[in-house]
Amino acid sequence: MEKAVEMIQIVKQFPGVLANDHVDLIVLKGEIHSVVGENGAGKTTLMNQLYGLLKPDSGEIRIFEQKVSFKGPRDAIAKGIGMVHQHFMLVNNLTVAENVVLGSETTRGIIFDLREAQKRVDQLSRSYGLQVDPTAKIEDLPVGMQQRVEIIKTLYRGAEILILDEPMAVLTPQETEELFSVLRKLKENGKTIIFISHKLNEVMEISDRITVMRQGKVTGVLNKSETDVREIARLMVGREVVFTVQKLPAKSSDVVLRVENLWVKDYRKLDMVKGISFEIRKGEIYGIAGVAGNGQSELVEALTGLRKPEKGRVILCGEDVTGKSVRELREKGMAHIPEDRHKYGLILQYPAYYNMILGRHYVQPFVKGDFLDHRKIQEFTKTIFSQFDVRPNNIKMLGMNFSGGNQQKLVVAREMSAQPKLLVVSQPTRGLDVGATEFIHKALIQLRDTGVAILLVSMELDEIMSLSDRLAVMYSGQIMGEVDPKEVTVEEIGLMMAGHRFEDLRRV
Amino acid sequence: MNNKLWAFLVPIVSVIMALLISSVVILLIGQNPIVAYAALFKGAFGSKLAIASVIIKTTPLILTGLAVGFGFRAGLFNIGAEGQMVMGAMIATAFAINVAWMPAVLAIPLTMVVGMAAGAGYAAIAGVLKAKTGAHEVVTTIMLNWIAEYLSSYVVTVPMGVGFGTPKSPEIANSAKLPPLMTVQATELTSGIIVAVIAAVVIYIVLEKTTKGYELKGTGFNPYAAEYGGIKISQNIVLAMAISGALSGLAGTLEVMGVHHRFLGTLSGGKGFDGISIALIGQNNPIGIIFAALLMGSLRTGSNEMQFVGVPKHIILIVQAIIIFLVAADRIVRTILIRKKRVKAS
Repeated sequence: MEKAVEMIQIVKQFPGVLANDHVDLIVLKGEIHSVVGENGAGKTTLMNQLYGLLKPDSGEIRIFEQKVSFKGPRDAIAKGIGMVHQHFMLVNNLTVAENVVLGSETTRGIIFDLREAQKRVDQLSRSYGLQVDPTAKIEDLPVGMQQRVEIIKTLYRGAEILILDEPMAVLTPQETEELFSVLRKLKENGKTIIFISHKLNEVMEISDRITVMRQGKVTGVLNKSETDVREIARLMVGREVVFTVQKLPAKSSDVVLRVENLWVKDYRKLDMVKGISFEIRKGEIYGIAGVAGNGQSELVEALTGLRKPEKGRVILCGEDVTGKSVRELREKGMAHIPEDRHKYGLILQYPAYYNMILGRHYVQPFVKGDFLDHRKIQEFTKTIFSQFDVRPNNIKMLGMNFSGGNQQKLVVAREMSAQPKLLVVSQPTRGLDVGATEFIHKALIQLRDTGVAILLVSMELDEIMSLSDRLAVMYSGQIMGEVDPKEVTVEEIGLMMAGHRFEDLRRV
Repeated sequence: MNNKLWAFLVPIVSVIMALLISSVVILLIGQNPIVAYAALFKGAFGSKLAIASVIIKTTPLILTGLAVGFGFRAGLFNIGAEGQMVMGAMIATAFAINVAWMPAVLAIPLTMVVGMAAGAGYAAIAGVLKAKTGAHEVVTTIMLNWIAEYLSSYVVTVPMGVGFGTPKSPEIANSAKLPPLMTVQATELTSGIIVAVIAAVVIYIVLEKTTKGYELKGTGFNPYAAEYGGIKISQNIVLAMAISGALSGLAGTLEVMGVHHRFLGTLSGGKGFDGISIALIGQNNPIGIIFAALLMGSLRTGSNEMQFVGVPKHIILIVQAIIIFLVAADRIVRTILIRKKRVKAS
């Protein structure tokens, strides 16, 4: 069979990371080929090289058995490659037809021929079963429809090979079904589709062949008919557990946090957390695993006062705190290490000692009346700096001038020194090197041993498996099962992350 | 490079460069720049009268500069200083006309409070709109400027108007007039400058030393982190707008109490908008703003003298524009430098 894409021994080095390490990817004409892997496995880097956004350091790319060297996406489009990005690139206040032809407009003389554009968009959408009204404005369309417009855009530009980057990340299950039927229709018409995802169930449903990546390398190329979700999960996640953190068994006693039937909507007003209930006891780390975008962020926001829940109750130390403000929650003993330290965790323009009091900037011992007590704040920061070994040891340096690891230490140190009863931790080691990661893991265990209840949300399976005393897996806003991490396999966790309930797994 | 040193150096270097570049323009129109600048300097500082007029011009500029600069520090672009100044002056006048029975120790501070409250309330409208609906303060404050302008021109012609010619209100009560520091010929040097400098010091303390200042600046730098830290963003937006408006209102009130002793339709004369340039040149630092306002005040006063030696006074508009351009352009350069550092760090 003819090969549509051949990427041979591709190497791409970023500062500090080998994003693609001699990767081979071969996609046959007319197939749906999935590239799967965890976050940071190098999938998107690989696709960006195929689409001309990045240049490989070494290796060769062939399109329809012809060697190519792209200077930019324009060259890739000319060779028949189209990409639908995870974040849509549409002009919201223009119509579908206008968006599709944008950049290569239909014209009559020098005048834009809107009617012709609408006609051609209509033809395209009919022939591939992509029903969409060419005269509708983008901002009025649901996300699934917007995605169709992106697909039509690539087809209009003559794409024979379509790359879809995490196409289901933003879709509802129904929209996903519709997307799949569109993709099948495209395949019937001889188009080649490369599908990037880490949702294994969907991958199994739609793909003909699957390339699995882990840490920049290809760990397997599989035919759908000869594999199953378990095998893909194993190849994707790799070894069992990398870090074994030394810890004693939890001495769990009183319940610190109880969540009852919690429902949370995101900014698009879609339900992201759908009736979650769980309990965290004193001196326990409760882990929540799952693929990004399955409601973990919204859950954390609802528990920390950044977002109001729709329904349900949150009980902190026996007191109903549902919908309370950040300040009230902090005063009741909640602390929060946010997933994005630059956006939420720090005021980068403030010096370190100012950042050290964020959230407690109005309470003793940091204030005298309405005035900040600069001397006390600086003394406090000095102690914390030596305790947490923040470098450089300069409490007046601006937040933005610290390295990523030390910025995270600032956040962790601040939240831990607040002597919380409950610490909500989200992605505590994202983007950190091994040393800083280990430091933060130890600090979390130590805090747990002093009797603090910790909610740990992480996409890193190794991290969450080794730190948690109990572990829940979230999928599509629900908990797929609550397990003891010592009594489950990575494959089982992987399957739960893909939407299988724990009871169903154990029944088989 | 030390940030404080930068903040100090940049405006000074910009002023020198602006004078140099403008001297080319003066040469091009066939005049001698040295003669022109000597006249400019003499016009601003050559006599007691000159110095007095510089200080009179500087006083409202300090306050509108503070108003805009304070807004910037809290992440708000208050273009409405003009309208807030008019509202402050107008309502303070309405109050001050009727306080003849009060002793000056009461009438003076009360009139100031009324003017500040009027400016604060007017600016708070834009604050509330932003906090509740997300309406951008640039748009709403510009719209409020026009409302203030037409409202005041109605008030000063019909309900409060007296006499013929320029629309004007009656004089305010003597007890509400600011005592002059000194009188040179017919020009009274008002003590308003003292109030303006005190306001700058107070704003400096609020921003740098208090918990509220910590919250306001934090919200300006990074509203997400501020919210995460339990700071109520919407409350702080309204408060910051109100404080900013109070400063503009005070600017207008002092003009009434110390200079015109009545409300005039032309009272603000663009001083609210000048506040934007002054805040920029003063790098949003209250103390820097005092000097920026002084610079602007002396350029304007001295320019008349320059006119006498045959150089059009509009040259100072060129000087002013170049200063602003250089200060702003430097910010661009510095932002790029800081970004580079950050990319390297991560």
